[in-house]
Amino acid sequence: MSFLVNLALGLLFGVGLVVSGMADPAKVLNFLDLFGTWDPSLAFVMGGAVIVAFTGYRLVLRRQKPIVGSRFQLPARTDIDARVIAGPAIFGIGWGLGGFCPGPALTALGLGAAGTLAFVPAMLLGMWAARLLGDTLQPRAA
Amino acid sequence: MTEFTPFASLAGGAMIGLSAVLLMLWEGRIAGISGIAGRLLPPYRDDAFPSRLGFIIGLVAAPFAVTLMSGGAIVQTVSSNVALMTIAGLLVGFGSVWGNGCTSGHGVCGLSRLSTRSLVATAVFMATAFATVFLVRHVIGG
Repeated sequence: MSFLVNLALGLLFGVGLVVSGMADPAKVLNFLDLFGTWDPSLAFVMGGAVIVAFTGYRLVLRRQKPIVGSRFQLPARTDIDARVIAGPAIFGIGWGLGGFCPGPALTALGLGAAGTLAFVPAMLLGMWAARLLGDTLQPRAA
Repeated sequence: MTEFTPFASLAGGAMIGLSAVLLMLWEGRIAGISGIAGRLLPPYRDDAFPSRLGFIIGLVAAPFAVTLMSGGAIVQTVSSNVALMTIAGLLVGFGSVWGNGCTSGHGVCGLSRLSTRSLVATAVFMATAFATVFLVRHVIGG
């Protein structure tokens, strides 16, 4: 059941990425090009998503627990450590080079562009490497 | 140039936000794509694998759903520089998992929860992404 619900939610998320233009690296790179061919559209993607999620989370989190599962699994950490600076710094460089962040890259996979077919396996490899390195340095923390 | 699309981007963003809210309602988890995709590979520490697989399949299927509904082809421009896209993919994958989140987990979900950690992470990846595009397009390319 959770498989099917998640499939529907992934589909909704992915359709949102396509409709919003976020799945097109050209649009992302133009958003990031403040001093060139700037396209402010992606600020509206983030705006729309945050307005709905901010409001919706407030309603949902009034419940004692989710529909399935015993509790809401919210990130508990509030500290600003080196990883939460270094990780996003590295991620941002890759995002600026390729125009893909993880969601749009996966959504674009089936369209079969050569750049996407190179990007996605490399991304999964990078994710795996980060998990293994994190586990090595700090067992069971991730 | 890409066309400025405030309404489509706002609507697509709202769908992304709704997906995140419904995932929280259903099983109490954050809709962070780097977290979901990164945990598709071993080691497995919980029993949410079917959920994660479902969500990713939904993401990958999304462009086909859009094509079925709209009847039109999806416009997308991806760099065909395979070496560049491989490096970008490695950086995006490693950085997003190392920093515990990407555009969705820190950007959409974290900002909606008013998380300071996510605000810092989002500011850092936006800054390095803007800087990278500036360097590539106006310093190296210009």
